[in-house]
Amino acid sequence: MRKLTAVAAATVSALALLTGAASAEKLTIGLASEPTAMDPHFHNLGPNNAMSVHIFDRLIAQDEKQRLSPGLAVSWKPIDDLTWEFKLREGVKFHDGSDFTADDVVCTMERAPDVPNSPSSYGTYLKGKTFKKIDDYTVHAITAAPYPLMANDISNVPVVSDSAGCGAATEDFNSGKAAIGTGPFKFSSYKPGESISLVRNDDYWGDAPAWSEVEFRPIKSGPSRVAALLAGDVDMIAAVPTTDIKTLSEKADLQLSQGVSNRVIYLHMDQFRENSPFVKGNDGSDIKNPLLDQRVRLAISKAIRRDAIVERVMEGVAIPAGQLLPEGFFGVSSKLKPEPYDPEGAKALLAEAGYPDGFQLTIHGPNDRYINDAKIVEAIGQMLTRIGIKTAVETMPRSVYFGRASRGGADGQPEFSFILVGWGAGSGEASSPLKSLIHTYDKDQGFGSSNRGRHSNAEIDATIEEALRTVDDEKRQDLLAKATEMAIGDVAIIPTHFQVNTWATKKGLKYIPRTDEYTLAMGVVKE
Amino acid sequence: MSVFVIRRLMQAIFVVFLMSVIVFFGVNIVGDPVYMLVSPDADQADIEAAIRRLGLDRPIWEQYLLFLKGAAQGNLGDSFIFGEPALKLILHHMPATLELAFSALMMAIVIGIPLGLYSGLYPDNVVSKGIMAGSILGFSLPTFWVGLMMILLFAVELGWLPSTGRGDTASVFGIQTSLATWDGLTHIMLPALNLALLKISLAIRLTRAGVREAMSQDYVKYARAKGVSTQRIIFVHVMKNIMIPVVTVMGLEFGSLIGFSVVTETIFAWPGMGKLLIDAILQLDRPVVVAYLMIMVLFFVVINLVVDILYSILDPRVRLQDQGA
Repeated sequence: MRKLTAVAAATVSALALLTGAASAEKLTIGLASEPTAMDPHFHNLGPNNAMSVHIFDRLIAQDEKQRLSPGLAVSWKPIDDLTWEFKLREGVKFHDGSDFTADDVVCTMERAPDVPNSPSSYGTYLKGKTFKKIDDYTVHAITAAPYPLMANDISNVPVVSDSAGCGAATEDFNSGKAAIGTGPFKFSSYKPGESISLVRNDDYWGDAPAWSEVEFRPIKSGPSRVAALLAGDVDMIAAVPTTDIKTLSEKADLQLSQGVSNRVIYLHMDQFRENSPFVKGNDGSDIKNPLLDQRVRLAISKAIRRDAIVERVMEGVAIPAGQLLPEGFFGVSSKLKPEPYDPEGAKALLAEAGYPDGFQLTIHGPNDRYINDAKIVEAIGQMLTRIGIKTAVETMPRSVYFGRASRGGADGQPEFSFILVGWGAGSGEASSPLKSLIHTYDKDQGFGSSNRGRHSNAEIDATIEEALRTVDDEKRQDLLAKATEMAIGDVAIIPTHFQVNTWATKKGLKYIPRTDEYTLAMGVVKE
Repeated sequence: MSVFVIRRLMQAIFVVFLMSVIVFFGVNIVGDPVYMLVSPDADQADIEAAIRRLGLDRPIWEQYLLFLKGAAQGNLGDSFIFGEPALKLILHHMPATLELAFSALMMAIVIGIPLGLYSGLYPDNVVSKGIMAGSILGFSLPTFWVGLMMILLFAVELGWLPSTGRGDTASVFGIQTSLATWDGLTHIMLPALNLALLKISLAIRLTRAGVREAMSQDYVKYARAKGVSTQRIIFVHVMKNIMIPVVTVMGLEFGSLIGFSVVTETIFAWPGMGKLLIDAILQLDRPVVVAYLMIMVLFFVVINLVVDILYSILDPRVRLQDQGA
């Protein structure tokens, strides 16, 4: 009799497992980079932000193309030049069951810029903004000057709960005690370097995710990540190395998902020193910096075969670039196209500028930051040599590179003359690169912080600043496009290509690619 | 005796101090961690705030004095990227590395010594020659390549073992270890074997050389002449004698197993301190690099100190020579 009961019990539990299998599904994802904490306000960095989206909602969400959509706020609008009003979603509950209200928003905005030991703070998004609770579901954000980017900034700040999160330390989030948000997934476990587990939030206010459980596993080595997918240890991997894309696409049991990123790869040229340290005459002597001449910069742009970089170096996985953001983003210009390859025109321009025999140049670049970065620098070196600019190439790890490129020279100035860099527009619109790369370097106002070529044009500056004051979307879009056209006309920088990101999933799954390069469990769908 | 110990202790302290200078200054002149940490969106004021928060605006000697002051209180600094004490991070990752190194050492002993014994007893046999050729491969093939090949073969092609990660752990005496669960054991097999390959080759060669030398010694011939069984000669007389150098070398190699686990941990995404170190180096998380190197220095200094003291107890001549020098 007892035996029979046991068999019956086993059958029942087996049946339960089978029927449960449809809704109880686990997804395992191999990540290329790992968040440094579970505290959503600790480290303003891609991997951290991507992870926190699962657990913590923002007031305003960014979809896969970084377009803004309602999150915990159902609407937002400027009610006068200096005040933005956010209407909050009602009936939302935190993972611990408490209600979401304006108090959570106000305390979040106070905590986010000021987390102890934070290596990179969220203050960037909250500077100069004061938040005020009007009623339980209305919050005002007040600024000293008109500020159109309010919604973009706020879409980057994860909302924590007043009761559990605002007074908590980073380690409370890491232990899970304070990792309580309103997001589609709940915190389950965090083992640094090993795994991060989440479970579905069945009471989510938005679309419930398809996965009842998600495990993220950081596997930094590219070949190992690919092997883990091939071995079936993970269901999906992020950042497929370009060298493996062809082989993986031929596998019948795998599926690749690709999408353009918001990251432009570009060249920055020294435009502020009469004597640039890595530019020399053909005989090795010091010459007046030719990169100051717009014609020389244009010649260099013409000398670059963007389609060859895309085809040969990037294995087809990139898009030639003619401006700061790919098509479809807010503030891009419809008039700009990638500069066509024209070596003869380039030589003519060089001759016109007084360099018929070219000059000597060293290009610097990182070798572990962007997809195939060192190879791109080498290719560009060859292309420039072909039009007579004898180019040497030097690449180095990013840990050494960025410091030197930003302030390694005399008086804390940029050290190099000609560099390869990339820029991802975190805000998803054109003011981000314009403000940081194109605007004149201005320490006091915080403009041009990554303008390592120190290009400077008062007219462009004025247009950018006007755009940053213009709350009307239509007008701002036009101003941003105009500033971009002027910058490209000046050859302030030379865009080469936009990165395309690749995810690989096992057959039957698909990832909806994101321009911000985030890997989100919510974006993994069954086909 | 006590004079010797005190003097060795002083030497050890001096070595640790000297290494702290070399390590700290060495690590702190490379690169610029600020740009590895701040968000690209950060403006100049944010960047300067980050520099101040990390204490990088102070002159390097002042940073070093602060480090020494902290170290005296058992604080080796906070990680730049995790914001937690570096020491805590390293200790947290240590069990994973120790179990990997321990498993690799066990493999080296269990696989290496019998193979070495066999090839020592039958040196001209084809199998022995095969073993010796294999041990050359073990020495000369790069670890990362062998690791990837092992993943391709056992995880991707055959599907026998998991490719990466640590698997389930269970608590033994309060320490989480993979060695206590079946899932954990399957996960540790490949990385441990990968790490052990070099040591297996070493064990084979040491044992083989020892056996060959011992077999021609008078005491073996005498035992043979007395009619002692071959088995007893090998496993009692020979093994006892050749085990001394093998065990000594293997013990010393344990330290290098921990050090060399860096490559293996990276390939197999094993969450140990080697992987922590590599990540810290790539992201210029200086406090973690310094703390890791200091722990390693301390580790080796203590091992050497203990060995020296033990020798001086076992062999008085060591002490006499030391005094004469």
